[in-house]
Amino acid sequence: MSSAPAITVTGLCKSFGGKVVLDGIDLTVAEGTIFALLGPNGAGKTTMVQILSTLIPAGSGQIAVAGHDVVTDPDGVRAAIGVTGQFSAVDDLLTGEENLRLMSDLHHLGRDTGRRRVAELLDRFELADAARKQVSAYSGGMRRRLDLAMTLVGTPRLIFLDEPTTGLDPRSRRTMWRSIRELAAGGVTIFLTTQYLDEADQLADRIAVLDHGRIVAEGSPGELKRRIPGGHIRLQFAAPDAWKSAASLLGPVSRDEENLTLQVPGDGTVASLRRLLARLDDARIEVEQLSIHTPDLDDVFFAVTGRPTTEQEPASQKEAAQR
Amino acid sequence: MTTLTYTFTDSATMLRRNLRRLLRYPSMTVLLVGMPIVFLLLFVYVFGGQLGAGFTGGHHGRGAYLDYVMPGILLMTVAAAAQGTAITVAMDMTGGIIDRFRTMAIARASVLTGHVIASVIQALFGLAVVLAVALALGFRPTAGPVAWLAAVGLLTLFAFALVWLSAALGLAAKTVETASNTPMVLTLLPFLGSGFVPTATMPAGLRQFAEYQPFTPVTEAVRALLSGTGPGTNAIAAIAWSAGIALAGYLWARHLYNRPRAR
Repeated sequence: MSSAPAITVTGLCKSFGGKVVLDGIDLTVAEGTIFALLGPNGAGKTTMVQILSTLIPAGSGQIAVAGHDVVTDPDGVRAAIGVTGQFSAVDDLLTGEENLRLMSDLHHLGRDTGRRRVAELLDRFELADAARKQVSAYSGGMRRRLDLAMTLVGTPRLIFLDEPTTGLDPRSRRTMWRSIRELAAGGVTIFLTTQYLDEADQLADRIAVLDHGRIVAEGSPGELKRRIPGGHIRLQFAAPDAWKSAASLLGPVSRDEENLTLQVPGDGTVASLRRLLARLDDARIEVEQLSIHTPDLDDVFFAVTGRPTTEQEPASQKEAAQR
Repeated sequence: MTTLTYTFTDSATMLRRNLRRLLRYPSMTVLLVGMPIVFLLLFVYVFGGQLGAGFTGGHHGRGAYLDYVMPGILLMTVAAAAQGTAITVAMDMTGGIIDRFRTMAIARASVLTGHVIASVIQALFGLAVVLAVALALGFRPTAGPVAWLAAVGLLTLFAFALVWLSAALGLAAKTVETASNTPMVLTLLPFLGSGFVPTATMPAGLRQFAEYQPFTPVTEAVRALLSGTGPGTNAIAAIAWSAGIALAGYLWARHLYNRPRAR
C-alpha cells in the first residue's frame, strides 16, 4: 500500500439551516493509524463522520477518503470503508448470523467465502453461542460487537467508529478497545470519535480536539497531555453559599451547581494546591471535600480553549447580569 | 459482474431480508390479512342479506352479494398489504441499519425494490387466504383459467402500484406511526367506489368521485373476469391507472430515498 494519506480534508464547512456545525476543518489521517476526534456532545463529531462516510454532503471543502473524492466518486469511498455509527445498525428481527450473512451477500462474497467469514467473525467477537438468537435479545455490548463485526465483513481498509464505547459497561468497553487495537495491528486505518480523553489516549496515534466545529488542538496523546500537566482538583461544598462564593473567587472553572462541586485546573504541584487552599482560607470558604484527578477531556478543553466544556459564565458575572 | 447483475443480486438479497422480517413479525401479516376477512364476514353475514335482496334478476340474496362484494374485498386486501409497506419502510428508515446500507457500495435501488417485491408477495399471500375463506363461505366464481389468470394479473399489477405509492408514503413519514396511518385512506377507497355497492345507488357528488377513482375500474374489471364476462374498457383503465400510480410512486419514492438527510 502506498503511503498516501487515508483521509485528507481541506476547508470543510457544514451548516444545518443556518447553524454552522463544521467551520473550516483541515485534517490528514495517515494510512494504518488510529485517529481520534475528541470533543464534547454537539461539537460536530457525528456530522464529520457522516460527511466522510458519504452519508451527507459537505457544505464546502475538498475531501478525499481512501483516495476517492466523496463528491465525484462516493461508491469508490463506500467500497473501501466500513462504518459503525453511534446508533446500532443491526437488524433486530434477524439473528446475529443472518445479519452477518446479509452483509456477506451485499459484499458479494459468494456462498463459501461468506460462510467462512461469518463463522470467523462470530468466533472472533464471541458471538458464536448467540449466533442463532434474534438480535432483539442481545445485550448492549453484544449488539455493539455484532455492529462492528458487520462492518468488518467486507474487510474494509478504513473504518469509521462513531463513539464506539458510549453507553458500554467497563468490561465491554475494554473488549471494544482490544478489538480496535487488533484491527489497527492488521493495518486498518481507524477514524474514531469519542468524548473520553482516556479512550483517545489509550487508542489513538493522533488526536484532534473538536470544539464548536473547529479543530482547536491536534497532536499525539503525549503532545496534548503536556499541555495539561496536572489534571484538576475537585472541590465539594456543603452549602450553596460556600459554593457560590468559591465560584466567584476562582473565576471561570467547571462547575456543577446541583452537586455543589467545582473543578479547578492544576499543574499537579504541591505549591499550586497550597496556594488554592490558602485562597479559600483567606476568603473563609469552607470546603467539605477535596480530591485530585488525572487529566480528562475537561482539562484538555480548559487548556486549549481557556474555558470548560460545560460552558458557563463565572458566577460573579452572572450575578452582575441578574442585578 | 455488471451494474445490472449487482442490482439484481442486491435486490434479491434485500428481498430475502424483508421476507424473513415478515416471517419474524407475523402479527403484522395476520392483522393486515385479517382486516379484509373481518370486512368480508361483516358485509356478507350482517349486511349481506339486506344488500343482496336489493339485487334484481334471478341471482339475489346473500350468496349473490358475496359474489358481488368479493372484488372489493380483494382490493381491500391489496390496499392493506400496501399499508404494511409504508410501515416496514418507515421502520427501516427510522432505524440505524439504513445508514449502514447507505454507506455500502450496494445497488442503490435494491433497498426499496426489496421492500416492494416482499410486499407484493405478501399481498398475493393475502389474496390467496382471503379467496380461500370466500370459497369456504360459498363464493362460486364462474371464471375460466384464463380469466382467473387475468384477474390475478390485474390485482398483482394494482398491488405493485399501491406498494410503490406506499413505499413513498413510508419514506415521507417522520415516524412509524404516521407511516401506518397515512395509507389507511387506501383501504377505505373500495368503499368509495363500486367495491361494496353499485355506484348508481350513490348521491351525485359521491357517485362521480366513485366512478372516476382508480379502484373502481380495477374492481369492475376483476368482477367481470370472475363472473365470466369480458372486462371491456375497465381492464384498460385498470392497467393505465396501475401503471400511472406505479410510476408516480416509484419516482416519488426514489426522490425521497436519494435526498440527503440530516439527523
